[in-house]
Amino acid sequence: MGRIVVDRSVCKGCGYCIQFCPKHVLHMGEQRNTSGYGNHCPDMLEGTECVACATCAIVCPDSAITVYR
Amino acid sequence: MMEEIVYQRSKYLRPMLTYYCAGCQHGIVSKILVELAEEMNIVNNLAICYGIGCYVAGTMNLDLDMFPALHGRACAVATGFKRMRPNQLVITYQGDGDCASIGLGDTLQAAARGENFTTIMVNNQNYGCTGGQLAPTTPIGMVTNTSPYGRSVEAQGYPIRMAELVANLDGCRYAARGALTTPAQIRQAKKYVRRALELQQQGHGYTFVELLSACPSTYKVPFDKVKAFQEEHVYPVFPTGVFKEE
Repeated sequence: MGRIVVDRSVCKGCGYCIQFCPKHVLHMGEQRNTSGYGNHCPDMLEGTECVACATCAIVCPDSAITVYR
Repeated sequence: MMEEIVYQRSKYLRPMLTYYCAGCQHGIVSKILVELAEEMNIVNNLAICYGIGCYVAGTMNLDLDMFPALHGRACAVATGFKRMRPNQLVITYQGDGDCASIGLGDTLQAAARGENFTTIMVNNQNYGCTGGQLAPTTPIGMVTNTSPYGRSVEAQGYPIRMAELVANLDGCRYAARGALTTPAQIRQAKKYVRRALELQQQGHGYTFVELLSACPSTYKVPFDKVKAFQEEHVYPVFPTGVFKEE
């Protein structure tokens, strides 16, 4: 089981991580950027299994994602 | 059970919000550079010369040694730097407006002289820094702010393919083009940059890597349509791959 943490101070909400996640674990969450950008940030869906492949972190242009296993 | 970190932000990327638009893939180039600098253990031996473009504000984010050049003159400035310090690894980080438009002469002459440094050209198919005007690399039919009906051959001519153009010159030892949208493309692009830096370390000569970046602000498409837009407009004109390696 994996888990990701999104740094909400740098995430701009482009959603590339959601688009390219092979297990469709992510969705656009309710919480917003904390630096005043105003966008929603991705969050993990409940009932899905993250395999910690780090694809979301590789495609993130703002390097906002940390992946744990 | 202890959790292990599989992937985390490099310590050479400063913890700050970048100045790029959302969805801009310049951030991925920054990430490739810092990760390669760390993996190849060249952080203290790397100098990056950058031109003028969107990435100038973005370079504040990188904790590497960098110095600026005048618009389009990054290859000329890097030539002087490299000749004074031959053991230092030098990268010029340029955009398509910098490298293929105003700095085309400098780029081609540096390639023809076979200067021993690496040029990374980030091709987003428009002048993103000034608001999305038509660039020499805009594909035929693509709409920009100064070509509202799409680029036409009669009015604006054909796009320049820099990687193939530079590969024709004898001084150039490595020319490749990668893309930055899908995870597979990003991994491949990183391999191209790594190979170029390895050849520079061995003193082979001029190495050139072109990276196709998306500019959703100018494409005027939502983020989830960027891949489809690039497949329709960009990849047919700019094939990826290695064009020269010797």
